Amino acid sequence: MKLNELLEEYEELSDWGEQCDFLIDLGRDLPPLPEEDHTDCNIVHGCQSRVWLTTELDAAMDPPTVKIQADSDALIVKGLIAVLLAAYAEKTPVDILETDITGLFERMGLHRQLSSSRRNGLYGMVERIRSFAARSLSASVRTVP
Amino acid sequence: MSEVRAQDQAAYDAHAVRAEFPVLMQSLEKGLRPVYLDSGASAQKPRAVIAKEREVEEQYFANAYRGRYSFGARIDDELEGARTKIAEFLNAASSSQIVFTPGATAGLNMVAFGWGRRFVQAGDEILTTLMEHHANLVPWQQLARERQAILRFIPLTSDGRLDSERLGEVLNERTKIVAVCGMSNVLGTVNPIAELVRRAHQFGACVVVDGAQSVPHLTTDVQQTPMDFLCFSGHKLYGPTGVGVIYGRSERLEEMDPILFGGHMIERVWPDHSTWAAPPARFEAGTLPIVQAIALGAAIDWIRQHGLDRIHRHEQSLLRDLTTRMQSLPGMTIYGPDTPHKGAIVSFRIAGLHPEDLAAMLDRRAVFTRHGHHCTMPLHDLLGVSATTRVSLGAYNTTEDLDALLEAVQFAFQKLRPTQRA
Repeated sequence: MKLNELLEEYEELSDWGEQCDFLIDLGRDLPPLPEEDHTDCNIVHGCQSRVWLTTELDAAMDPPTVKIQADSDALIVKGLIAVLLAAYAEKTPVDILETDITGLFERMGLHRQLSSSRRNGLYGMVERIRSFAARSLSASVRTVP
Repeated sequence: MSEVRAQDQAAYDAHAVRAEFPVLMQSLEKGLRPVYLDSGASAQKPRAVIAKEREVEEQYFANAYRGRYSFGARIDDELEGARTKIAEFLNAASSSQIVFTPGATAGLNMVAFGWGRRFVQAGDEILTTLMEHHANLVPWQQLARERQAILRFIPLTSDGRLDSERLGEVLNERTKIVAVCGMSNVLGTVNPIAELVRRAHQFGACVVVDGAQSVPHLTTDVQQTPMDFLCFSGHKLYGPTGVGVIYGRSERLEEMDPILFGGHMIERVWPDHSTWAAPPARFEAGTLPIVQAIALGAAIDWIRQHGLDRIHRHEQSLLRDLTTRMQSLPGMTIYGPDTPHKGAIVSFRIAGLHPEDLAAMLDRRAVFTRHGHHCTMPLHDLLGVSATTRVSLGAYNTTEDLDALLEAVQFAFQKLRPTQRA
């Protein structure tokens, strides 16, 4: 689902109950992360749930975009991941670094889910994606002749 | 015997007790009543405790042990009164054995680095368990690292009790400290502290009990069970946050070093050195959480008025009922021993439902539980799960609370089970 469609649907929901059900549905529809990617290396530790995350630069695109896949053992967290992935979809490293995820989650009333003290893995996931984007950026700068 | 018990239970009116807790008497969104099942994290406060905090703040607040004016004198009396109540509650021989701390975690750290650092040498052993809260594990890890001591663990049985029969494998003349919880914050296991104390003392080891979970639920008698140190917090005991207690045997407190230095804890200060006041003042540097400590005295009064034994029996009765009802749910795993060996905590997982999702669904029904590793990562590693859901009971819980929990679990099944895709 594209981010604007997602937001349009989400903002019609009247209370947390409906929003929660919506996130659960998003979570169920999240494209599966291949089983072999559920490794310790890809895990983002949370206190309450776990998130697995892979990031790669899609060089077939011009300019290259960041391809992100993720999964969690908790359905609601998977729903929140779906929101993140929609926000980051088909974005270049520069665009990713410029994306205001906090603002988006605040707009959705989900900012508490992103706090570092919540430790559901989501905050760590954003950190990891951003640092991947920053690394890709500095690598591409260096390779420019 | 059973008649006596039935009478006692009839006399305990959980609804009347609940009505003493303003926070529980609210009506939430959609007319839901709060079902508070997280007393193991922190208990709610009865009106008497809230009123006491208010009384102190509004009528006679001053710093303690400093002012000769009337407010200061009243504060001193109230604070020492609270200390005496705590001593009586634990059956301590003297109120000078009661040290106010910021909480159980602070207390355990103070014992580890005040007593442990002084007496634990390289090669000595510190004996603990894998069911400890991080607050009663990490300080000992740190101390062991600092002193080049060895951390050892009392083996657990498959149902999560200390294996007394194997205690001899790990307890010996090198054991300097035995640090164990009175009751597990995850499994609910009630540990055989009396036996541990007896056997540890045969080797001259110092027994430190983390009473954060046990003190609010089980009668603690520090003379009948002569543990060396006992640490607990006020906020799990229907008192305020920010205050806790170290009980210490007088000779142990006497030989313990302070780890916080400053006002009130000194006897005499010279430009280049100082001497210390006698316990408990030696361990109470700086301004105490005065209001909270006084209100903790009110919480003890409240508990004694209702009777900790009666509260305990009520909680155990709910626990048995809850356990039976939950065991009948499909995919249910309850961690820990059977009810006779545990206090009012049920940690569980339901196959196919992640604890975080479950907690969110229960919250939508105003059923407040805890989920996660409950600050016991090594225990969860041992159980082979990353997280559990925990229900912990208190004096104010009722059968209706259990009904609400079970109803909310059904709601979670409907919402989260794969077949229910809308």
